[in-house]
Amino acid sequence: MNSNNNILVKLNNAGFRQSEKWLVEGVSLTVEKGKIVTLIGPNGSGKSTTAKIALGIYKNIEGTVEKYTTKVGYVPQKISIDWTLPIRVYDFMLLTETIEDSAIDEALSLTGVIHLKNKNLGSLSGGEFQRVLIARAISKKPELLVLDEPVQGVDYTGEIDLYKLIKKISDTLNCGILLISHDLHMVMKATDHVVCLNGHVCCSGSPIDVAKNNEYKALFGEKASQILTTYEHKHDHVHSDEGEIKKN
Amino acid sequence: MFDDFFIRALIAGIGIAFVTGPLGCFVVWRRLSYFGDTLSHSALLGVTMAYTFDLNIAISVFLISSVIALILIQLQKKTNLPGDALLGLLAHSSLAVGLVVIGFLTFIRFDIMGLLFGDILAVTTDDLLVIWTGGALILIVLKLIWKPLLASTVNYELAEAEGLNPDRAKAIFTILMAAVIAISIKMVGLLLITGMLIIPAAMARNISDSPQKMVLFSIIGGLLSVILGLYSSLEFNTSSGPSIIAAALILFILSLFKIKQSIKLKN
Repeated sequence: MNSNNNILVKLNNAGFRQSEKWLVEGVSLTVEKGKIVTLIGPNGSGKSTTAKIALGIYKNIEGTVEKYTTKVGYVPQKISIDWTLPIRVYDFMLLTETIEDSAIDEALSLTGVIHLKNKNLGSLSGGEFQRVLIARAISKKPELLVLDEPVQGVDYTGEIDLYKLIKKISDTLNCGILLISHDLHMVMKATDHVVCLNGHVCCSGSPIDVAKNNEYKALFGEKASQILTTYEHKHDHVHSDEGEIKKN
Repeated sequence: MFDDFFIRALIAGIGIAFVTGPLGCFVVWRRLSYFGDTLSHSALLGVTMAYTFDLNIAISVFLISSVIALILIQLQKKTNLPGDALLGLLAHSSLAVGLVVIGFLTFIRFDIMGLLFGDILAVTTDDLLVIWTGGALILIVLKLIWKPLLASTVNYELAEAEGLNPDRAKAIFTILMAAVIAISIKMVGLLLITGMLIIPAAMARNISDSPQKMVLFSIIGGLLSVILGLYSSLEFNTSSGPSIIAAALILFILSLFKIKQSIKLKN
């Protein structure tokens, strides 16, 4: 029973159909407290759709969603701020929940954009905006964090820092994270469970298991499989860009 | 002091400006100006109903506008026509039906110009009561749905995901729109109500950097427009609606200079 209390959201054979076309179907997955579940898959494979099913954004779904928390933080894949709405980063931080100024400052500092606090949201660059989006989602100290490609447009070093931060948040807040990511390095390092989608669940399990799966290899290619497995035995050699092994 | 028709008009107009300010901001943010037009055009039917059955105009207009809003939502679900075509269909057909019905009501003398463009002579003490209590209610409800409404204006899915129930906020907002049209129709006239909603808000956008400030400046702009408009309406013997809207336009044009300045400062 104890493990059941840790469940935040559970999808049972869930799917969503839009104008007669299945965006995704037959997805079962569970996000627990303190765990990171990552969705991977090619474009159009239903990653965002699955996240939106888990969040309850799509109503007429097949299957069921059991949600055991209302404290949710969401970083959508795309968000555009209309010019007609004047809104500063500070106002945006307060958008869905009233939180203390100190919590706002803390979150903005963690993602490295505290200096933008009074800037207009429309004037930010893509990477800055992503950092604000992440800060907003974590500032409310959610139990469930859903991140849809959270580091898109962020520079490379920033990307690594942000992924470290996401891992840290999962540990310190003990919140469950549903992550959509293209970065297989990140998937390998921090993820507890990987779900590989292609309109349906093509395989799932620990990162190592998924990397060895033949369907995964068919979908992403042999090279991607090597990226994942690299981490298991990376101590005696390095990989070149082409994936060839070079002895240290 | 309510004996003087001009004082009555002024107090009514001030009450209206307090409500159209914040609602107008949402009309601009959510791109609802044509929706506002549709509701206000349908208000003519409400007015004819009020005369026929001897009802209070504001209440009758509120009921009819709410019904039209409901029909619109149903049509949006059931047909494939694009939103603007549906709005146009409802706006002009309800205006036309309203005018036809007026043609039949030969036993009542109508001041069509007053209906379309507002008439400060028409505001009674009862109207003041409706405007101020109705207006206060609208503002209280808007305050209650402020967070979900603003959040879903920025991003519907974000609001839905984080449990704010944006659909309910939107439905309530639609009713508030019908209500604001109902209380402003006598003063501004049904052809110009949308102007009262969007022009002060557009002016406020030019000089604001946060949603709250835009609401505040929109109210101030509305108040100034009403006061300036009504005095000039008295002075030049013009209809109250066009005078108020013209005053709002002047404020909007002035606000453009502020934009120019801030662009210069940035460079």
